[in-house]
This record gives sequence, C-alpha cells and structure tokens, in this order.
Amino acid sequence: MAPVYKYFFNLILIQYVFIYLSEIFLFMNFISEPWPWYIGGPAIAVVLFLLLFSEKQFGMSSNLRTLCAMAGAGKKTVFFNFDWRQYRWNLIVAIGAAVGGLIAANFMTDGSVGAIHQDVVLQLDSMGVYGAGENYMPETFFSADAFSNPKTLALLALGGFLVGFGTRYAGGCTSGHAISGLSNLQLQSLFAVIGFFIGGLLMNHFLLPYLL
Amino acid sequence: MKRVLLYFSIGILFGITMIKSEAASWFRIYEMFQFKSFHMYGIIGAAVALGVIITQSIKRFKLRSFFGEEIQIPSKTKLVKAPLFGGVIFGLGWALTGACPGPIYVLIGAGYFPLLIVLVSALLGTYCYGVLKPRLPH
Repeated sequence: MAPVYKYFFNLILIQYVFIYLSEIFLFMNFISEPWPWYIGGPAIAVVLFLLLFSEKQFGMSSNLRTLCAMAGAGKKTVFFNFDWRQYRWNLIVAIGAAVGGLIAANFMTDGSVGAIHQDVVLQLDSMGVYGAGENYMPETFFSADAFSNPKTLALLALGGFLVGFGTRYAGGCTSGHAISGLSNLQLQSLFAVIGFFIGGLLMNHFLLPYLL
Repeated sequence: MKRVLLYFSIGILFGITMIKSEAASWFRIYEMFQFKSFHMYGIIGAAVALGVIITQSIKRFKLRSFFGEEIQIPSKTKLVKAPLFGGVIFGLGWALTGACPGPIYVLIGAGYFPLLIVLVSALLGTYCYGVLKPRLPH
C-alpha cells in the first residue's frame, strides 16, 4: 500500500507546485499589466478607507487652495487666509501620489495599455490625436514637444485654469465629490457630479473637435 | 513622523492605482465621455459602492480610527448652484486636459512634465476663484 500512497502524494505535491508557480506568474502579470476596473475601483476604496481611518478626508483639489495659501495669497484674499499647516498631511499625500506615479510608470509596466474602443481610436486619428490603445497618453499634448508648441501650451493652460477654478467653486473634484461625497450620500455631491458630466460632455462632443 | 509615513504611503498607493487602473489616462477619459467603454464607470461605480459601505458603516457603528478616536465625517454645506456651476467648469477642464487634481501630481511623477503647466494654471484658477468668490452665485 505504501508505494501507491506515496505515488498519489507526489502527484498532489507536483500539482500544488504547479498551481503555486502559475499563481506567481499571474501575480507578475498583475504587476506589469493594466488593472481592470474591478481592481482599480476597490483600490480607490482602500485609499478612502485608509484616509478616513487616519482621521482625514479623501479630496485632492483642496491641495491647490493650500498651495495658494502657502504662497501668501491669504494676505490679500480672505478665502486663502487660514492656517495652511493643518493641511500639510494632504500635501504629503500629493507628494506620495507623484512618487506612486513614478514607481508605477517605471517599474510596474510592460509597456502595454488597455484596449481603447476602435471607434474612438479612428475618431481620434481623424482629429490628429494618435496613439490611442498604444501609448498611455497622447504624445501631442504630453511629450516634451508640448513645451515648444504654443497651441498645446494654450490648451493645457486653459484646461488647468478651468480645473482649478471649477473644483474650488464646486467645493471638490472627482475624489472629494464623486468618491467621498457620494459615499457620504451628499445631495450636493450628486449635483457636482452631474455638473462634471455636463461640462465633460460639452467639451468632448462640441468643443474638442474645434480646439484640437 | 509615523503619521507622515502613513500619509506618504497612502499617496503612493493612490498614485500607483491611478496609473495602473488608467484612471489618469487622457484616452480613457475621452472614451468615457464617448460612452464607448465601461472601464471608467466601473472604476467610479465600484469605488463608490464600496465607499458607501465604508462611510455608512463608520457613521452607523461609530467606528474608531487607527489612533483610537471616533471618526468624524464632515457633511458639506447644502449648496446647489456652486457644485453645479463649478462642476460644469471643472468638467470642461477635465475633458480637455484629462486631468483631475489628483492625477496631475501622479502624471508629473510619471514623467509627463507638460502637466506642470496644468498645475500652475490650476493654481491660478483656484486663486481667481478665491478672489471672485464674493461675487459668484453659490
């Protein structure tokens, strides 16, 4: 009986080693390939969880206000007249975010990006924006060439201004309103998110074709 | 110092998540506004669904933080015009540059340096809002 028992034992052992190795292989893919939504979404919820349990809130746009106050905008404008030191923690989160971006873009990628819908690729190609589904970002706007192209510079500056003005006016951005606010079942966050989509759809469908 | 490390680590996790989930990708945001992919809606939907469970559990069961204090979740003021008007303005900028305030830092870290221009002009935009605030409908 003993040899037969051993034979089965070895078979099971080999099977386990095989499963273990394939799991490592899957995990490596997980590190280097783009994450599907069902990994990305819960990961954002983990960030929210960690910040709430650290007695803080998840909201990235308030850093812009803090930076303005740090630069001394409070001397002239009441809106920036507060003790910015109490919001230092959020600046540390922002610095961490930049480091996270550096790590992910350099050490956690095999260069592949998720597939973009074919209609969108063709549409963007016809508008002169190339690289959808191949590059992470369109080179037209976000490569170093952007610095020497006045039109691109103007578009980036315009977009940034709208982002800065709009988020403060709305009292939050995608993290503060769409994630934190909706999670807290705040009606005004729902209004904000509706606003985000009205503005986004207007730009995407009616303005971008003329701006690009 | 421990807390600084905690916030820094949370930031790193956030940055990695933004890049790996492609929530910081201009192409993904363009695709979202074209309603051609479920990806971004899945990310926001899953995050909010879990976020509701987390936030409502904290309030319902009066959960305590890592530091032993009861967690306070401030309710924002009950405004309608400001979130709607401000939201539309932000949406225009979001669809143009593909950058929410969080991903701006992430993408600069990832080496997309033209986002520095977006950051500087976003600071200018925030400053202008602060100056104009008393004259805007809220």
